Amino acid sequence: MLSITEASLAFGGIKALDDVSFTAASGEITAIIGPNGAGKTSLFNIISGFYTPQKGRILFDEQDITGMRADKRAALGIARTFQNIALFRGMSVLENIKLGGHTRLNTGFWSAGFYYGNAQREEARLRAEIERDVIDFLELDHIRKAPVGALPYGLQKRIELGRALAMQPRVLLLDEPVAGMNREETEDMARFILDIQARWGTTILLVEHDMGMVMDISNQVVVLNFGRQIAVGSPEQVQANPAVIEAYLGTSDRSDNTAGEAIA
Amino acid sequence: MITGHFKTDYSADEGIWSIWPKRWGLVAALIALAVFPFMASNYALLLAGQIGIFIVAVVGLNVLIGYTGLMSLGHGAFFAVGAYTTVAIHHEWPLTFPLITLVISTVVAAAFGVLFGLPSLRVKGLYLAVATLSANFIILFLIEQDWLAEWTGGVRGTETPNAVFFGYELVSQQAKYFFIMPVMVIMLLFAQNLFRTRFGRALIAIRDKDYSAEILGIALFSHKLKSFAISAAYCGAAGSLWAYFFPAILPEDFGLNMSITLVVCLVAGGMGRTLGPIFGTILILLVPELLKVVAGYVTGGDATAQTWVSPVRDILFGLMIIGFLIFEPMGLVNIWDRFWRFLSRWPFAK
Repeated sequence: MLSITEASLAFGGIKALDDVSFTAASGEITAIIGPNGAGKTSLFNIISGFYTPQKGRILFDEQDITGMRADKRAALGIARTFQNIALFRGMSVLENIKLGGHTRLNTGFWSAGFYYGNAQREEARLRAEIERDVIDFLELDHIRKAPVGALPYGLQKRIELGRALAMQPRVLLLDEPVAGMNREETEDMARFILDIQARWGTTILLVEHDMGMVMDISNQVVVLNFGRQIAVGSPEQVQANPAVIEAYLGTSDRSDNTAGEAIA
Repeated sequence: MITGHFKTDYSADEGIWSIWPKRWGLVAALIALAVFPFMASNYALLLAGQIGIFIVAVVGLNVLIGYTGLMSLGHGAFFAVGAYTTVAIHHEWPLTFPLITLVISTVVAAAFGVLFGLPSLRVKGLYLAVATLSANFIILFLIEQDWLAEWTGGVRGTETPNAVFFGYELVSQQAKYFFIMPVMVIMLLFAQNLFRTRFGRALIAIRDKDYSAEILGIALFSHKLKSFAISAAYCGAAGSLWAYFFPAILPEDFGLNMSITLVVCLVAGGMGRTLGPIFGTILILLVPELLKVVAGYVTGGDATAQTWVSPVRDILFGLMIIGFLIFEPMGLVNIWDRFWRFLSRWPFAK
């Protein structure tokens, strides 16, 4: 579905990504983990098109998208959420989510200006679709008209997921979807992610520090450290990998056993 | 007691005239607009026409500054493009139907908008404001050139044609008023509708968070350019109406002074709001006139006293604008919002 081959990205002398290669299988959840500064967000940025890697290729459905503009990738079906919430603060929840439908709509300028014909029909159709697939699904009914700026953090994260869902994506990149959330909110979010996978068969890439959640829900885990990919495999394989344990906890006098439990 | 507004389908919920105060408010405003010229003096009609024309331009600027978040200090120039295109068309073909002239002037101004937007929109914020300044100087410089003087009248300005509808020439202020106001209302509603759909939402998204807009599939540069062209087009339409409204125009009518007045109207009224341009323009164009009346009353028509009072008038106007920015930074439309909030909650809370 989405495969990254030998991707390297450097800012001056700093190698943000160094020879990263993996394939996110269709309909599966791939988690990308690693200590801070490991290059996880840089990896997301080359997939969504903010940076172009100096070396390597990104294939989406056998199509090379390495140098494609970010907005064109959205039309292909690559959606993303951000680590620091990037909602449009001046708009209501509903308008934010509607923006996710942008690439699928085709109301022309004149039709829009007179709000007649296609514009009116399309808006009603989009609204019905969003109500069913996003607002109902993510349980946002009670706040759909509220301005996003005034809502609590956990809900804002969920709205951002909703906006990405409204794109009807084939690949969904989630950058730390549960960062800063309490246990209950984390469980809600994990449930939503699994529901998305089950309901639409969306391929999901996930950057997350909450190891409990990563190990519970992902099919594949990619571990980065200082831009290099140090391990890839199932959650169990990765947990047992000595290189991963070292990257997370450093070499210390603790036994490997304790370290393994700490990230489990 | 009304506890909510209940709708049974999504189309109804997407409507903008959904509640009765809005619906009847619109009807009342339209009736007031239609009846006004039969009661007003020529002087009041002159002011009303001027305000109507300015509203068209400020609504356009609102698309760019208020909704797309891009600053411009050069839109007076697109106003000039519209006005001079109208004059030039009537110079070549004196009997052109006014609405056709209006449309052509609008399109030409939009084309100039694209021309100036292409280089300027590569930068943001203050840099963009400085880049757009150039439009003022370059376009007015062109208009003043001798080789264009046949159509533009050059530095000395030119007389402007009257609009002729099916043999009926619009000469009186009243007749011109009925040409300006429908155009204003239609253009206002058109702009308002744009922001209910895909295109307008994309512009607001660019204003609020551009990288996030890009990730949703919104092509930043082309949307910014379109927004720039639309705002230039609105200014061009205003320019065309201006040429029909006043007997003569001069290049310096459309200089930096006008560009800044347009921005001040928008800021005073409230950026990114439908009613902002209307409130702001009325305030900024009416207050100097009111101050004139007050000054005339204070001096009792004495000429020496008036030379002393007139700078005071400008100072008062300046102070008022500063006061506005401090006490009502969201513009007049914010006072309007507070009023409606108060009404909808009365008598339970303030």
